[in-house]
Amino acid sequence: MEVTTNWYLVLAILMFSIGAVGLMVRRNPLVMFMSVELMLNSVNITFVSLGTALNDVGGQIAVFFVLVVAAVEVVVGLALIVAINRRHPDADADDLSVLRG
Amino acid sequence: MLAQVDFVPVATPTVVWAGLVPLMVLGGGAVLLVMFRSVVKRLPTDYESWVTTALGPVTVVAAYVLGGVAGQDLPLSGVRSNVGDGWFYLGFLVVLAVSALLVWSLDIGLDTAFTVGVAVTTLSATWMLWGDRVMVDGAFNSIGEQLGVDGFSIVFTGIMAVAVGLTALLLDDYIEREGVGGVEMYVLLMLSAAGGVVMASANDLIVLFLGIETLSIAAYVLAAMHSKRLESLEAGLKYFVLGAFSSAFLLYGIAFVYGATGSTNLIAIRTFLDANTLTDDGMLLAGFGLMLVGLGFKVAAVPFHAWTPDVYQGAPTPVVAYMASAVKAAGFAALVRVFVVTFGAYRLDWQPAVYVLAILTLVTGSVLAVVQRDAKRMLAYSSISHAGFILVGVQAATSRGTAAVVFYALAYTFLVIGSFGVLTAVSGQGDRATTLEDLDGLADRRPALALAFTIFLLAQAGVPLTTGFVAKLEVIGAAVEAHSYWLALIAMLTATVSAFLYLRIVLAMYVGKSSEEALAAPRARIPTAVILVIGIAFVVTVGFGIIPDPIDQLARDAVPQLVASG
Repeated sequence: MEVTTNWYLVLAILMFSIGAVGLMVRRNPLVMFMSVELMLNSVNITFVSLGTALNDVGGQIAVFFVLVVAAVEVVVGLALIVAINRRHPDADADDLSVLRG
Repeated sequence: MLAQVDFVPVATPTVVWAGLVPLMVLGGGAVLLVMFRSVVKRLPTDYESWVTTALGPVTVVAAYVLGGVAGQDLPLSGVRSNVGDGWFYLGFLVVLAVSALLVWSLDIGLDTAFTVGVAVTTLSATWMLWGDRVMVDGAFNSIGEQLGVDGFSIVFTGIMAVAVGLTALLLDDYIEREGVGGVEMYVLLMLSAAGGVVMASANDLIVLFLGIETLSIAAYVLAAMHSKRLESLEAGLKYFVLGAFSSAFLLYGIAFVYGATGSTNLIAIRTFLDANTLTDDGMLLAGFGLMLVGLGFKVAAVPFHAWTPDVYQGAPTPVVAYMASAVKAAGFAALVRVFVVTFGAYRLDWQPAVYVLAILTLVTGSVLAVVQRDAKRMLAYSSISHAGFILVGVQAATSRGTAAVVFYALAYTFLVIGSFGVLTAVSGQGDRATTLEDLDGLADRRPALALAFTIFLLAQAGVPLTTGFVAKLEVIGAAVEAHSYWLALIAMLTATVSAFLYLRIVLAMYVGKSSEEALAAPRARIPTAVILVIGIAFVVTVGFGIIPDPIDQLARDAVPQLVASG
């Protein structure tokens, strides 16, 4: 059985869905970040497989940009978690509910 | 033994530096400021005020020189040849002296003066790019085909600069009063605006993505900057998680559009879509949908608005002024550039989606705003309903619709910064006093502030003789012209509903009785810089509300274009 581009695209869709659902149902900020990473990496798989299918290097170059941005996002996100944990140890997204409406 | 290699010259993009001046001023200004402050924590007080005052004339010179770099000639060269060199230099000296006097009388810190200087220089560069290049020679690309400079991107660059300058003036006293943040707030503000400029002028989806991330990541940190309030940290985290979520959607959409069209370049995509009919357009449409979700989060369109009220209520008030004006404007600039201009050939496919989004946004924004108890939260919902109005302009997908979007974004920038400027002044130490009870009887305690706030609120409601009215008129006119009659009708009805919410705040200020503690509290001095911001916003709102033609003409000339180079 030959592995075609569609296999990779389906894998990416599955990964993206797992990430999206994970972000919505989990309440621990760290797990939420991991879900976002899963979503971004599924995009990377899509870019690379489509780039290969189109025989175009642009898809692979896009992955570099996505990787860098993902790294930057995680740095900022972790900094925010640390700032919150310093003031409120063992807080998770449900405990953080000063704002309601 | 080295093999013989044929050296193929790498194709390098042509760079037109003039088009990059606004971007480099904003980004370079941020880098300069952070480098200066990391070396010199604090100058001795005397020097600090001298340097600050000197920044006034320095700004004028920088604006003059860098404006010359951006344009074909130095600014005001027409005036110069009319009045002669002697008088011109005399006038220049007067302007230098006035600028020094202005900075001195504003009594602002060095960081603020620097940031405002960067904003003024950026404005000067955009003005020269507009009048000396784009209006003369037409739109052009500044880096290869990656960044474009056209009327549309220049106006949005100007909006970014205005938002940075006014927000910096609001931040000046806020940082001192709350004892939070410091120079990093100004640096993040400028970097974020640089990202917004990239978004407004991106000619490539990956460049657009980088712009959005630069804009947003700085904004996440800014929202969490009031580290003494748990609400602010929570706002930062919420904004961050939902922002990252939306970027993932946007990026997935970009990947699909890339797969369907074979390029991420907007020019190439449009050429491809105009020339070919796809037999199977499922991937392209999935890309449209995902990108719409991603950008919908950024502009706070319902059902992707859940973060807005929490973030607006929790974030520091001056930062909210920036988020509601610049971040939203940049999101709409990207929306127009990608959907209206690039995917124009497929407008029948995406227009219905935007139609539904616009209706949901208008209705939800205005109805939920009415039941809020906190003025910041109310204004957050009202900003959602304004996003709905701008979406009505996007939905039209005509040049008139685009002009209406530009007009609305320009008018709303001043309106919303003025409104949050008033809230910054009244929120008091701790940035908490923003509930309706706190605003009760404001007209007795602060008649001028209450009057300005009333005008801003009436303008947001769309009362004639303000820019808010003209903006709503333009948007609805564009919708009618595009035969979206129901959408126009719903927009008008929701405008009436939201008028109720604005009148509720006005009633609280004029009819409500001040609480005992509010009367007993010592009357805090309102800083001159905040008064200046409210004054500028007031003059623009009322002035251009009575004579809207200049902005109207500007909005019509601000045409988004994709220029294929050579």
